[in-house]
Amino acid sequence: MHFKITSKTIAVSELANTLQHERAGACATFEGWVRNHNEGQAVASLEYEAYAELAETEGNRILDEAREKFDLLAAEAVHRVGHLQIGDMAVWVGVASAHRGPAFDACRFIIDELKARVPIWKKEHYVAGESTWINCATKGEFSTDDAGPSS
Amino acid sequence: MKTLTVKYFAILREQRGDAEEQLRTESVDAQSLYEELQAQHGFTLPVDRLRAAVNGEFRPWPAPVNDGDEVVFIPPVAGG
Repeated sequence: MHFKITSKTIAVSELANTLQHERAGACATFEGWVRNHNEGQAVASLEYEAYAELAETEGNRILDEAREKFDLLAAEAVHRVGHLQIGDMAVWVGVASAHRGPAFDACRFIIDELKARVPIWKKEHYVAGESTWINCATKGEFSTDDAGPSS
Repeated sequence: MKTLTVKYFAILREQRGDAEEQLRTESVDAQSLYEELQAQHGFTLPVDRLRAAVNGEFRPWPAPVNDGDEVVFIPPVAGG
C-alpha cells in the first residue's frame, strides 16, 4: 500500500498490476481528470503543487486507515504535480478486495480523504486569462468554501 | 534567537516570492512566526485558515518551534 507524488504521467497499467492478488474478486479504481470548467468559469489548465514529504506521509496514513476500515487486499494511489492540461489525469486510486462492496467504499473513502487532508494545492488558469489558487480566496463568495475540486 | 528553515508552497510561495528561507526569530511557535512574516510579506490568508507542519509533521497551533526546526505553513489544500 503506497501513496506517491509524481511529476510524470500516471502509468495506470503498471499501477493496476500492483493490485493483483489471488484472493481478489473485485478491483475499483478512480481517476481524477482536469476538466475544462469550474464554478462557471472556462478553465485552460491546472497547476498542481505538493509538499511532497508530508503529502506522502499523510497519503500513506489514509491508505492505512482504509485498510483498517475496509476488507482490502491491496490499495495504491498516486497524485501528479506540475502544469496539467485539459484531460490529463491528476490522481489515480486503486483498491482490490474479495468482494465489490469494500472495493467501492474504500475507493471513495481514499479519494475523499486525499482531497481533504493531503498538502496538495491547485491553481486554476482560466481561458479569460486570470488564475487563482483554489480554496485560498480571502474575498468574495467562495472565500471559505471548499470550492473547485477537479474531480 | 533561533534559526529556522521556512518552506513556502502555493499561494504563500508566490506572495513570499521564494520557496524557502532560513531566518532568525524570537518567535516561540509557528503561530507567532506566521504573524511576524505576515506583517512583513502581506500574506492574505489569516492564520486560522492554515495548518502548521514542523519537521515534516502536522502540529496543532500554536505549534512550538526550536532552533533548527523546519516550519511549513499549509494553505487550504485542494488535491484531486
